[in-house]
Amino acid sequence: MEPHLLAAEVSTSTSRGLTITLFLVFVAITLGITIWASRQTKTATDFYAGGRQFSGFQNGMAIGGDYMSAASFLGIAGLIALYGYDGFLYSIGFLVAWLVALLLVAEYLRNSGRYTMADVLAFRMRQRPVRTAASVSTIVVSIFYLIAQMVGAGALVSLLLGIKADTTFLGMDADTAKVATIILVGALMIVYVVVGGMKGTTYVQIVKAFMLMTGALIMTLLVLAHYKFNLSELLGDAAQQSGKGDAFLEPGLRYGVESASASATFYSKMDLLSLGIALVLGTAGLPHILTRFYTVPTSRIARKSVLWAIGIIGTFYLFTLALGFGAAALVGGQAITAQDKAGNTAAPQLAQALGIDYLGGETGGAILLAVIAAVAFATILAVVAGLTLASSSSVAHDFYANVIRRGNASERDEVRVARISALVIGAVAIALSIFAQSLNVAFLVALAFAVAASANLPAILYSLFWKRFNTAGAMWSIYGGLIVAVGLVFFSPVVSGSPTAMFPDNDWHFFPLSNPGLISIPAGFLAGWIGTVISKESDADKYAELEVRSLTGHGAH
Amino acid sequence: MTTEVPSTSAERYVAVQQSEEFGRLRHIVRSFVFPMTAAFFLWYALYVLLSAYARGFMSTKLVGNINVALVFGLLQFVSTFLIAWYYSRYAARKIDPLAEQIYNEIESGDKKGTDA
Repeated sequence: MEPHLLAAEVSTSTSRGLTITLFLVFVAITLGITIWASRQTKTATDFYAGGRQFSGFQNGMAIGGDYMSAASFLGIAGLIALYGYDGFLYSIGFLVAWLVALLLVAEYLRNSGRYTMADVLAFRMRQRPVRTAASVSTIVVSIFYLIAQMVGAGALVSLLLGIKADTTFLGMDADTAKVATIILVGALMIVYVVVGGMKGTTYVQIVKAFMLMTGALIMTLLVLAHYKFNLSELLGDAAQQSGKGDAFLEPGLRYGVESASASATFYSKMDLLSLGIALVLGTAGLPHILTRFYTVPTSRIARKSVLWAIGIIGTFYLFTLALGFGAAALVGGQAITAQDKAGNTAAPQLAQALGIDYLGGETGGAILLAVIAAVAFATILAVVAGLTLASSSSVAHDFYANVIRRGNASERDEVRVARISALVIGAVAIALSIFAQSLNVAFLVALAFAVAASANLPAILYSLFWKRFNTAGAMWSIYGGLIVAVGLVFFSPVVSGSPTAMFPDNDWHFFPLSNPGLISIPAGFLAGWIGTVISKESDADKYAELEVRSLTGHGAH
Repeated sequence: MTTEVPSTSAERYVAVQQSEEFGRLRHIVRSFVFPMTAAFFLWYALYVLLSAYARGFMSTKLVGNINVALVFGLLQFVSTFLIAWYYSRYAARKIDPLAEQIYNEIESGDKKGTDA
């Protein structure tokens, strides 16, 4: 038996108690902040945009908190631990993506919008159709992302708390604990958003980002210290332990796999390109990231917050290299897949191994495992809160206030609807996650990025930079990109027709790639262009206003 | 509550947009962000393409176990940090002063209560 697996059983109860205690401390602190924030939340600007009073550093941390999801922390570390170099591709795509936000989106959005992505898209268009479209795509992206995170939380709880198939915890077996976790995470995120609004949620993100960076830094330093800060030695050991040798340090074990079948190789490589393009173009179209730019007073501070975010996120993704290769070397692929086939427990298992070696044996291992497990839960909780806030803001501000009430809703009314929406969206997300928990929904994060890149990004860029763009163009690009991305995934091997599919026993797939980006992103841009040129509508005056306001900050909220 | 602005300002925004100064601001912004976007996108695309189709080159070892693929990946981090830093410097020196000047001109026009 692997030594670390054995250790896991011995120290389960110590570690479990500590994980729960630390997590409860995090929840207590963040709920305290949320209640404090609710007292400071009086206007719609407070609720949607945190009063626009955050500093560049604070918002940079909060962006990091919103962005560094469990998929980044546990997922990338696990991918690198199991497949080596290929996991690094995610880190790179997720980071480079921030240049799109920095150069083309953040400042202009801050200058010309108010609360939501649709404020900019609908600026010079007919309000109702464009806001409806933007609201639909905001909710689709956010719900996909939410379900992936919440199902992930459910899957993790039994692993992180060490609940085995035949044992119980507080009278719950593993399956009940999963459902209980999904409900608990969902309930907490609803409270953060409904009570604390953007102000409370932003502080939750800041606390979480601080915890995550600290935890990842400690583990990275321990891994590097173990190899006397010799990166080559760490890589060599990881490659040897993986049993795959040098191939472990090269691209091709997971993405763009070369096999005997020429067509399988071709599609696998196309899939790699498709994933790569969605990662880099998706970020600047994620609604919960876009709304973060409204929480600062000016576009210059929005720029500063993106610079901070790039520094924080980039540093974090460098840590993932050490975490992933460290887990491969010090825990080993076998011990990781024995806990979780997808490798999501690689980082917590590494924490335990490092604790045993450097922090005084079993107890040290239990402590570090507990800390990292609590960080993982905090990570998930903060991300789902950000997503719920972005989608409920869009429902209230775009759909209720501007579509249903045609811009005549009072501020109080709008915020009330936003709070109710958060409750409803949270409840729907909980229900869908419980339904989806037995299905393989890991692809939903990549799909959320693909939809953001295919539907939202073309509409945002055309809105800001193309004079001729109009209502029809906005609707074509949003609905076109959305339908093509979701449609291709529905007919892809991740939904049916493969053993790892969401519905492995059925087969209706005909699109060979798992990632739709390579087709759906150009389709979104093309649809936006076609929609624009076949419609005669064009409002040069409104574009003049948008251009002047976006570049100078005149009239900014 | 709407996001509409008074339509009386429409003419003034058009006038500002067509002014020579604003044209210069637009040029300063676009001549930086568009080529830079193309550059980092192509640089990133090159990395992804090499990962897919140049496995031999990417697996060349440079020092110890550190190969071209790892260095190429780390260079993406370096280039991202450098572009971010360079843009912030460019924006602070070239874009912000001009944007502020135009902003102030519109504001003083507002105070007079007449069209520019």
